[in-house]
Amino acid sequence: MPDAPSAALLLSAVLFSIGTFGVLTRRGAITILMSIELMLNAGNLALISVSRSLPGGGADGQVLALFVLAIAAAEAAVGLGLVIALFRLKGSIDIDLARLLRW
Amino acid sequence: MIPLALLGAMTSLQTIVLGLIALVAIIAALGVVLHRNPVVQGLFLVLNLLAIAGLYALLGAYFFAVIQVLVYAGAVMVLIIFVIMLLNLQPAARGGSGLTPVFFAFVLGLALVSLLVRAGRSFAPPEAALAEGFGSVAQMGSSLFMGYFYPFEVISLALVAAMAGAILFAKRDLEG
Repeated sequence: MPDAPSAALLLSAVLFSIGTFGVLTRRGAITILMSIELMLNAGNLALISVSRSLPGGGADGQVLALFVLAIAAAEAAVGLGLVIALFRLKGSIDIDLARLLRW
Repeated sequence: MIPLALLGAMTSLQTIVLGLIALVAIIAALGVVLHRNPVVQGLFLVLNLLAIAGLYALLGAYFFAVIQVLVYAGAVMVLIIFVIMLLNLQPAARGGSGLTPVFFAFVLGLALVSLLVRAGRSFAPPEAALAEGFGSVAQMGSSLFMGYFYPFEVISLALVAAMAGAILFAKRDLEG
């Protein structure tokens, strides 16, 4: 029987892969943003489950996870601002429409 | 001391709860990735975040579980759902999923899962007893304001810059 930290580590691997799948296959900008949130959360889960068994009380992993949380909030704000700008410009949030910089 | 039989019962109960939470989290994540309606996707993401918060509580990181619910499932998700409602996307404007990349993404994702699971299995966390005060506010606060003081300040600067950038992006015309 796996103990809780290793099970959480495996779950975080599965969640990260599901998020990657979403980023690779979907074209709606908001869906992609939410998939990125899934991936960041999987990373947080891995950090917390590993930090639990580290020497020194295990505060480091939690503080790193807190930083990831702050960056995720910043990413959500900037990303949603970009989505609104894209929608205003193109009338749709299909990211295939945003290819001005493509060669 | 807790009697050994009681400890065994607790462990099996913990395993059951862990399995349930993992199942809910995975189903909700699949819902986020596969569902067509952005509002439903957002609600699935909330479910996923709440399940992970429960897992944090199970792991003993109680403070982080509370933060997860307040900041992530609360604030960030309100922002995302607010934008979904604001745009009020018709099905044609939502952006679907390309069919050709789905197959490749599925194969690559499966390879990624197997790689990560293999790495996770080979990493055996040492069977250390849970440290005194793990997951408490006091432990996190002292670590944040003593060991990680400068990174903390830099993160706050990054957050302010991101907020200013978001306002700049969403503004209709920069002169007005």
